[in-house]
Amino acid sequence: MWSRSRRLGTLEAERGERGLRLAKRLLARERGAVAEALNLVDDRRPEARAAALALLIELEQALGFGGPPRVGLSGPPGVGKSTLLDALVRRARARGETVGILAVDPSSRRSGGALLGDRLRVRASARDPGVFLRSLAARERLGGLAESARAGLFVLAAAFDLVLIETVGVGQSESEVADLVDTLVWVAQPGAGDLLQYMKAGVLELPDVVAVNKADLGAIAERTANELAAGLSLAERAEDWSPPVVRISARDGSGLADLEDALARHRAWLAQHDRLSERRRRGRDAAIRDFLAREHGRVGVEAVGGLAALDETLRREPDTSGFALAVRLGEVIEAALRSRSGVGR
Amino acid sequence: MGRPNDQGRCPDRDRPWVFRTYSGHSSARASNELYRANLAKGQTGLSVAFDLPTQTGYDADHPLARGEVGKVGVPISTLEDMEMLFAGIPFAQTNTSMTINATAAWLLALYVAAAENHGGDPRALEGTTQNDLIKEFLSRGTYVFPPEPSMRLISDMVAYTVDAMPRWNPINICSYHLQEAGATPVQEIAFSFANAIAVLDAVRARPDLPPDALPRVFGRISFFLNAGIRFVEEVCKARAMAELWDELGHQRYGVTDEKLRRFRYGVQVNSLGLTEAQPENNVIRIVLEALGVTLSKKARCRALQLPAWNEALGLPRPFDQQWSLRIQQILAYETDLLEHADLFDGSHVIEAKVAQLAKEAKAELGRVLDMGGAVAAVENAYMKRRLVESHTKRLRAIESGEQIVVGVNAFTESEPSPLVTGEGSILKVDASAEHEQVERLEAFRRKRNAAEVTAALRNLRDALTNGQNVMPPSIRAAHAGVTTGEWADALRGIFGEYRAPTGVVAREREMASEATEKTRQRVQALGVRLGRPLKILIGKPGLDGHSNGAEQIAVRARDAGMEVVYDGIRLTPGEIVQSARDEGVHAIGLSILSGSHGVLVHDVLRELATARLAVPVVVGGIIPDEDAAELRRAGVKRVYTPKDFDLTRLMDEIVDVVEESQAGHP
Repeated sequence: MWSRSRRLGTLEAERGERGLRLAKRLLARERGAVAEALNLVDDRRPEARAAALALLIELEQALGFGGPPRVGLSGPPGVGKSTLLDALVRRARARGETVGILAVDPSSRRSGGALLGDRLRVRASARDPGVFLRSLAARERLGGLAESARAGLFVLAAAFDLVLIETVGVGQSESEVADLVDTLVWVAQPGAGDLLQYMKAGVLELPDVVAVNKADLGAIAERTANELAAGLSLAERAEDWSPPVVRISARDGSGLADLEDALARHRAWLAQHDRLSERRRRGRDAAIRDFLAREHGRVGVEAVGGLAALDETLRREPDTSGFALAVRLGEVIEAALRSRSGVGR
Repeated sequence: MGRPNDQGRCPDRDRPWVFRTYSGHSSARASNELYRANLAKGQTGLSVAFDLPTQTGYDADHPLARGEVGKVGVPISTLEDMEMLFAGIPFAQTNTSMTINATAAWLLALYVAAAENHGGDPRALEGTTQNDLIKEFLSRGTYVFPPEPSMRLISDMVAYTVDAMPRWNPINICSYHLQEAGATPVQEIAFSFANAIAVLDAVRARPDLPPDALPRVFGRISFFLNAGIRFVEEVCKARAMAELWDELGHQRYGVTDEKLRRFRYGVQVNSLGLTEAQPENNVIRIVLEALGVTLSKKARCRALQLPAWNEALGLPRPFDQQWSLRIQQILAYETDLLEHADLFDGSHVIEAKVAQLAKEAKAELGRVLDMGGAVAAVENAYMKRRLVESHTKRLRAIESGEQIVVGVNAFTESEPSPLVTGEGSILKVDASAEHEQVERLEAFRRKRNAAEVTAALRNLRDALTNGQNVMPPSIRAAHAGVTTGEWADALRGIFGEYRAPTGVVAREREMASEATEKTRQRVQALGVRLGRPLKILIGKPGLDGHSNGAEQIAVRARDAGMEVVYDGIRLTPGEIVQSARDEGVHAIGLSILSGSHGVLVHDVLRELATARLAVPVVVGGIIPDEDAAELRRAGVKRVYTPKDFDLTRLMDEIVDVVEESQAGHP
């Protein structure tokens, strides 16, 4: 028994080495390592998980609560998110910043498959190594987008100056995205009836910035912007940030400077009073709860004293890597379950 | 021998429609020889096929043109090329149809300039520029500029020709390609009418249009229809369109002159339904489809092009095209078709079907107009989505045997065909055509006056930014020696380039068959072994924009449980490989219909090797057997042609291919 676990330990160490080597290459901004790292953190085989964890813990520790801005773009299908994404990428490139993008598309509930892409507009502006795009299927059947997206964001944050994540807003996924990013932009399009739907979905409580696209449509865009501003002022928010409503046209480029200005203002606001760390920590905690619940179920969480005790642990360790903490707590849960059932004695 | 004097035999006999054959390949000289031979055989009009670089505004020496020059049509880079294409063919007496869209204004400018150089008066020129960008966004894929400037170019050409070239059809509103993309008759009517309304509304809004010109503009709008094998329904479709067009002219545009409200259309019969299996059956299909658009006098086509029986196998030879021309001649001259009044007037069956099509088409047209018209319905991908859905349905009906295709999913036992064997059974484009075109272009550039070219391009750009009509400065640029690529670059600089939505968000199939379910389980099991779901990339390298097949594969792969990266058309091999790496895919599927698979597939394989990416590649397209063998030797894992209609089996083989590649790399 002893020798077997020791050999396992060596294997773990080797895998850890692989993760650390990849982390080093990413932090040195080696573009060739990005795709490899994303493949690894997406890989669910046990041998890959060990390497992926080593990689992610290393990245999280290296980046701390700093690193590049992480911005989410969300909104219903057809509002022009891809065009907006393309425009923002072009502008970032013109400033000399490199950009890493995760683009999320829904998976088919029936087959589990997904159609990704239609992102040539972004790719076309990106025939340079300074832009990287990875499409991701939301994989609702496999437990949602949060885990792979979160890992993906850390990989991109290590290697690029700006990290963007685009998701189709269909209700639930926004809250997941809000936990992943520093600033969530909700992209809306002019048209009657939308506002009511947004409010029903509870979507208006989440975004930090609202962009009304297709402002070139004139009066109708103006009306939508006004309605959204009114709706947002009614929505309850925990913080003293009131989300600005920006009128843009991704097509002719108008309003994009205003949007970037709004993003910068939100970033400056986050920088005060430790708000950014607070927000990242909130995202970390949500991811850990999510991970433990999925991996070990409610029984597992109960075994270590339930959600309240878990939250207390998280509060006591504000600066620990989320990935490391998740693994450690997972081991604690497993140990507790084992001792309870008598296995392993 | 020219046209026989058929009027003498029967004084009431109608004049036949214009006989054309869609053709052109290799070079202006080779195509000119072909045209003259066709005219000598009794063809009464020309239909020019341009190669993809010309259609998308690139000179023959542009990197994107690699492998595509002279493949699907004739390369025309300069005025000299255009003059050579029509050498010995009198402009004034020739009715010329040009299948040209994004660069239509330029090719028309070259045609006018060439006619002027040969003493022709533009006012006398007869013919058609296809010039329909909406359907390019939806189906054919040779668009260049965004929808708005594209509509502006169309409107410029309409406004220009209505007085300067009054016998020219400046646009052919195409429902043809909608049917090729899977449209139902109702969708064909509704979407093409939405398109016509977008054009007419844009022209009507022009400040420079003389107040009395709108009825004449309406009278110059012609259509380009498809005719499928359900030929009775096709008769009804054409009759419904004629009725609705008359109504539209009257009600929406106030055209009082009945003659200007006549529905005028040309036809190329269906290619979608031509089969690679037992290809001789296609001759019968083509005859029946021709009947659909000629039987009803009230809704008879003005011009007809028939495909060749073997075009699903490769490029047709002159003999194959001649066979199709003879079908038209026998129909027009031997049968009594042209001696009768309309055969269907008073038929309850036909009337009811026409009424039903018209009613449903009006409802669908109303939906498109409500969302802002054809341009809006392109940008929000509504029309594209509906087309992909219809096409998916059609393919499934064929796969399940619900829709019978003789020789394909029924009656497949066959004697060996003596027609399709051996060397020379299809035409091969001369491999030196590209090289020679580049040399001619370089020689042309050397001898032209550089200062005149610069001035003409500046003049063109100024006119476009000031909102002036694109035609006059383009004609001047043609005379000055500007090339196709230079003209298009000038416009790209002002208008930008466009990417249309791919529309592959189609609804999922309603019922999973047992076979699909089995494939799905294999896909999932493989995903577990791979550590993450099977992810593939579907790529269309080169300039070929026919994306219907690639879209269907993408949708089906999704339904089989794969994660599918599909970014649409016109990718360079380098971009495809970059995408494959960044996206972390397990396999690449390439779709190439332009016949340039030789060059493009090898380029992709080379780029993969350079990137040290061991991703297996499969290829689909119109690929002759010997080419397929060659591609397999070069490392392609599977090669598919139109006869591989069983998409479930194809999905299964993608799983095989990835499993094999994984076995090689544990």
